[in-house]
Amino acid sequence: MERPIRVLVAKPGLDGHDRGAKVIARALRDAGMEVIYTGLQQTPQMIVEAALQEDVDCIGLSILSGAHMTLLPKITTMLRENDGADILVVAGGIISDEDALTLRNEHGIAGIFGPGSSTHAIIDFIREHVQRSSVEG
Amino acid sequence: MELVAKARAGNRRALARLITLVEAGDAQAQTALAALYPYTGHAHIVGVTGAPGTGKSTLVTQLALHWRSLGRTVAVLAVDPTSPFSGGAILGDRIRMQSLGGDSGCYIRSMASRGSLGGLSRATGDAVKVLDAAGFDIVIVETVGAGQAEVEIAREAHSVVVVEVPGMGDDIQAIKAGILEIADVFVVNKADREGVERTVRQLQMMLHLGSGEHRDGWEPPIVQTVSNTGKNIAEAAAAVERHFEHLKNNNLLELRERERIEREWKMIMRESLLRQLLQRLEPQQYEQLLNQMAERQLDPYAAAKQAIETVLELS
Repeated sequence: MERPIRVLVAKPGLDGHDRGAKVIARALRDAGMEVIYTGLQQTPQMIVEAALQEDVDCIGLSILSGAHMTLLPKITTMLRENDGADILVVAGGIISDEDALTLRNEHGIAGIFGPGSSTHAIIDFIREHVQRSSVEG
Repeated sequence: MELVAKARAGNRRALARLITLVEAGDAQAQTALAALYPYTGHAHIVGVTGAPGTGKSTLVTQLALHWRSLGRTVAVLAVDPTSPFSGGAILGDRIRMQSLGGDSGCYIRSMASRGSLGGLSRATGDAVKVLDAAGFDIVIVETVGAGQAEVEIAREAHSVVVVEVPGMGDDIQAIKAGILEIADVFVVNKADREGVERTVRQLQMMLHLGSGEHRDGWEPPIVQTVSNTGKNIAEAAAAVERHFEHLKNNNLLELRERERIEREWKMIMRESLLRQLLQRLEPQQYEQLLNQMAERQLDPYAAAKQAIETVLELS
């Protein structure tokens, strides 16, 4: 039996708007994924620790505070330092095209989904890009 | 197996991988479990169960913090339900466990029930073995929000904490069979709410309505806590520890372990036999028997007998 894709959904930083994150969590659940939801106001340390303990295939970050250029690179850097570079990282929120380009090209955020993205597009992206690493790896 | 050595040396990534592996339950999982097994049998396994919203996750967090403050290492397995339709799950127990972060002596893992109905997942017992072998002093297993009959935890844990809150149900609820019977410790949480005396009284009544003989010669204590504020958490933890001592001092721990191992062994044999049986049954015969049952020409007992007899003759 194929094991379900495990996704951590987290909100880094200080904004309190978690409706988007909850909609995504629910959509991923309905797509057959196991979603670990950690809630609001997560520091990069907390997110990386949870992702490693939970052995997730993907981290979905929702950020609406404008602090994405500080927080998101911190998370991917910490993942690399802790042997977690194989974990797919995607982000959603209010992120300008210019910032999105930098995050994708320089900071290892594989997918960025702004307002109006369909949940189907996000689900398909995750399914296509997670590395179903052999557990030994 | 390298992962096992790494996990035992404290590598958290290896530990996390091992749990993923035993959850998958394939041939690799069996190799891993074989390598782990000699190191198991040291942890105190504590089950925490109760209805949704009674404060299990908050209580687990407080208990873990308490034990950490005494220098003991703690792992938490938190089980949440899998959707029967999509196979997906929302695992939200970590939300309440934030204060356990950043501590290398503490490990939290969320598990989806993946179709099991007893309040745990099929692989929970194996995940407990991984954590036990990794050297955690205490492994806390939080079940899915339980109703009346999710009693599987009593078979996996040494000490079971049943969490109640004021204002749930009348005194007939308290004498029904099921979840209240498996408690080694009762925690009445949210004890700052109205009706707490009544809930405690009902539990006391239930405990004293029986023959006077308690299972294992242990009368479950009732502890009133407020998990939010940490009130009486030390008392709850002490009650759990006293229960474990009681098991050890009366040779009950060995007995429980033997029973658990026997049950597990039989379950594995049952599943393995079924798999082998189905492999050896010709697909046409399988379909034919299924059709005959659907058309009410054959009952399921007779069909099972036929299938088994066919396979045994062939082998």
